Amino acid sequence: MSLGAEQLERLAALARLRIDPGEAPALKDALERILGLAEELAAADTTGIDPLANPLDAVQPLRADTVTESNRRDAFQAIAPAVEDGLYLVPRVVE
Amino acid sequence: MASETPVTASSLLEALDQGRCSAEELIRDCLDRIGAVDGALNSFITVDAEGALAAARAADADRAAGRAGPLAGLPLAHKDIFCTEGLRTSCASRMLDTFVPPYSATAVQRLATAGAVTVGKTNMDEFAMGSSNETSYYGPCRNPWDGDRVPGGSSGGSAAAVAAGLVPAATGTDTGGSIRQPAALCGITGIKPTYGRVSRLGMIAFASSLDQGGVMARSAEDCALLLGTMAGHDPADSTSAREPVPDYRSGLTMALDGLRIGLPRRWFDASLDSAVGDRLRAALGELEARGARLVDIDLPHNHLSIPAYYLIAPAEASTNLARYDGVRYGHRCKAPLDLEDLYTRSREEGFGAEVQRRILIGTYALSAGYYDAYYKKAQQTRRLIRQDYLDAFTGVDVIAGPTAPGTAFRLGEKIDDPVTMYQEDSYTLGVNLAGLPALSLPVEPLGGLPVGLQLIGQHFDEARLLALAHRYQQDTDWHLQAPPPPGGAA
Amino acid sequence: MNWEPVIGLEVHLQLATRSKIFSGSATTFGAAPNTQASAVDLAMPGMLPVLNEQAVRYAVLFGLGIDAEIGRRSVFDRKNYFYPDLPKGYQISQFAEPIVGRGQFEIVLGDGTSKTVGITRAHLEEDAGKSLHEDYHGQTGIDLNRAGTPLLEIVTEPELASAEEAVAYLKALHSLVLYLGISDGNMAEGSMRCDINISLRPAGSDTLGTRAEIKNVNSFRFVEKAIAHEIERQAELLDSGGSVVQETRLYDAERDETRPMRSKEVATDYRYFPEPDLLPVVLEESLIEELRATLPELPTAKRQRFQDQYGLSAYDAGVLADSRALADYFEAVAGTCSDAKLAANWVQVELLGQLNREGLTIGDCPLAPDALGGLLARILDETISGKIAKQIFEAMWQGEGDADSIIEARGLRQVSDSGAIAAMVDAALAGNPEQVAQYAAADDQKRKKLIGYFVGQVMKTSKGQANPALVNQLLAEKLPD
Repeated sequence: MSLGAEQLERLAALARLRIDPGEAPALKDALERILGLAEELAAADTTGIDPLANPLDAVQPLRADTVTESNRRDAFQAIAPAVEDGLYLVPRVVE
Repeated sequence: MASETPVTASSLLEALDQGRCSAEELIRDCLDRIGAVDGALNSFITVDAEGALAAARAADADRAAGRAGPLAGLPLAHKDIFCTEGLRTSCASRMLDTFVPPYSATAVQRLATAGAVTVGKTNMDEFAMGSSNETSYYGPCRNPWDGDRVPGGSSGGSAAAVAAGLVPAATGTDTGGSIRQPAALCGITGIKPTYGRVSRLGMIAFASSLDQGGVMARSAEDCALLLGTMAGHDPADSTSAREPVPDYRSGLTMALDGLRIGLPRRWFDASLDSAVGDRLRAALGELEARGARLVDIDLPHNHLSIPAYYLIAPAEASTNLARYDGVRYGHRCKAPLDLEDLYTRSREEGFGAEVQRRILIGTYALSAGYYDAYYKKAQQTRRLIRQDYLDAFTGVDVIAGPTAPGTAFRLGEKIDDPVTMYQEDSYTLGVNLAGLPALSLPVEPLGGLPVGLQLIGQHFDEARLLALAHRYQQDTDWHLQAPPPPGGAA
Repeated sequence: MNWEPVIGLEVHLQLATRSKIFSGSATTFGAAPNTQASAVDLAMPGMLPVLNEQAVRYAVLFGLGIDAEIGRRSVFDRKNYFYPDLPKGYQISQFAEPIVGRGQFEIVLGDGTSKTVGITRAHLEEDAGKSLHEDYHGQTGIDLNRAGTPLLEIVTEPELASAEEAVAYLKALHSLVLYLGISDGNMAEGSMRCDINISLRPAGSDTLGTRAEIKNVNSFRFVEKAIAHEIERQAELLDSGGSVVQETRLYDAERDETRPMRSKEVATDYRYFPEPDLLPVVLEESLIEELRATLPELPTAKRQRFQDQYGLSAYDAGVLADSRALADYFEAVAGTCSDAKLAANWVQVELLGQLNREGLTIGDCPLAPDALGGLLARILDETISGKIAKQIFEAMWQGEGDADSIIEARGLRQVSDSGAIAAMVDAALAGNPEQVAQYAAADDQKRKKLIGYFVGQVMKTSKGQANPALVNQLLAEKLPD
């Protein structure tokens, strides 16, 4: 299992992380070892086996369509890094 | 003080009920011990002295007025992954260093309603990602039995705080062994219930289909007491089970004659420290002497738990942690240049190395072209692993084995090698993948360090695990042994 | 070259639930920013989604309405991407196992022909918040009130061949969802938004060209213009030897053009996987049957029935069946007056005209259908003429009472007394000898015109109340051959 530098960059971009060039080789090595571990899975015959997304074979409960939440904007925005006029602020987004 | 016979939650409640002490005295005592010991131990991230004293006084008042809840005045610590309204909840991450949630987790709420008093929030691996408590933003927690060793992880702070007698019990969470392994390494009893047994609402997510809250305490009896309060259906968690919660405490005395205990053959082979194996066999022999039958079993796919888990858990984590973007709460980098810079720098600064590593692995496992080979394959293997357990349970009532491959290892020993660190979880991961309940209880220590025996039950059969552990603890006192006092003086 | 457009639409329909799809927050439009954003909507740590039952029922109703396969088991997935209006960093959507599978849907085009449009699928998902780009010191403001509003994304096959077909489809879809009562369909408030996939291929070819996607177009008119512009843009590109880039574009209504979206520059990989915080949605047969039993007669069936039962033209039936409220109104009028064609005519011309002039919808109509039916009944029993009826209609609209009381109060009853009318006819002939002489000399065509003139004279004398049939009959008798 080998990860190209470009691939690593792309993963970091998708995850919105930045890889420090100094740490890249160690990180690449660690990731490759973990992915190498994953290759052991090839030993399992999973032909016709459904993926198990959840350990219990339960089905989704449904919630009645009622409004149960009240306005807690002040409490929520008290812990926000940047707000104005009730809005969360981010650097200008261009569509 | 720490070498005194530790007091259990059950005995403290008895003392409170009989008026032998007040909740305020208990809390002051806890705070004093934390003040004396925790500088070196580092088991707490946040101590809420003021809030705890106020809650203790309220509990005393309730008791005087005859309206006390079943846990009124009981000191308790919460792993810092459980949201506590008005009390900083960091998940041991710089990302949430200043995060004070405006709500509490359902489990926290239920314990508080029963009268338990929150003393503080315990140390852990960052976002519960680790097996040694060394990935915490707040520095590693130490093992009370040997300060050079890790307490295990990720619920290391809870395990260490209980083992050191700072609190009688604490909450923990277990995604791949994070309650059981630190319980084993610190010499306490810890139970990870069936997936869905304890609400995940307000428990900060690591891997949603694996995470499960539970209890870490001295004894199985204390675990039964607290689990009974925490467990139960929560309509705000879609994955919460509707199964009724039995009275675990009264179940402790259930008849266990002829109980069949399955021993997975491969769990007692060369991968296990042989001395640890001897301790476990001795304990199992005692259970056999009390009427249990030991049966060899096979879990043919269980060795694939590590690769399956280390794809599934990071995959879920990689998206669970996408919400930490510096916009609505949590760490935000200074003076972002643009939106991408805000995201990237906030996350890079906010997350530690292990968390970033797992996010990248998870992103890879889910990405186009790799999904089938990694994520899907892991989930298919997961079904095989679960089926092995279900098949085994047609012939046995409980499965027993090691909790961890050895005793507590030294700080720094495995932290630079993730794959070696991951081996630490080889006996615990399958349980999470299958959603089963399991507990770890202390058996005879080895070289002054605790050894844990793991008991695994069928879905929703926590009561039998607790009863079996309780039976063992009736006749032994390993669970009541305390670590030497700090500084090494006997 | 002669290019043939291939168009597929993805409609995002906001469902008319009271609360959000995964939280108990209100979905009311226009609330102050972030006052309807709960801890779940804000993706606070530890928060979890629970599915709204009504959203599921609405999705199933839609599926039944287009005769689609209903997913007995459907699964929610996470669609992962970073955007400030998407608090979790993923959208909960359905990917591999949607709640509504393949269906179809008949639309009627301008020339009266109909076309069946294939629906690939419809799935449930959550809406995102809104980015407000007004200048907050060079920053963008985020309002998450809309985040978590239930959406049904309805995807067509790429089978629409023109802007006209696309708009006809959207109008028919709009009509259907209002019939089903699953959305308020308020396009100005974004309840129905459309992504347009469009490509060109040489006429007659059966391979698809490279497509562009135009995001978030929210009115029928803009859909029409956006498609027209995009066809023109792609045709120019292809004609000049260029090629179409597969990209996401934005329709700018102010400049009336499409342009590439800059925010989507980073190549995306949505990494769909089953949402572990939710379990598979399993629909009991009993629920599906219960919902099927509540299905109203749908526009296509109603259109056909109006033609069969009332003998209406396809066009009239289409107009009247367009909305359930209008169709019900029409049927009530027809029932009261027992003449469906007259009712159809009056509802379409007088009633809709008046509603349009006042900017009202049928739901706001001040005139009850039995009141209008009562008026039409007076035309049919010859108490009044159609012309007088229009006058009475105005008065009824102003709230002056029912038709009979207005007829009485204003003395508008039609004169059908042949003696009285004969006297008026005589007076008209005597007062216009010149026209009588012209009539005598005129051919048939000219005579018709002159008869009209004499009828007018009589009507003037009678203040419009003379029975027109009787006037005509007496004129024919009294005019020279």
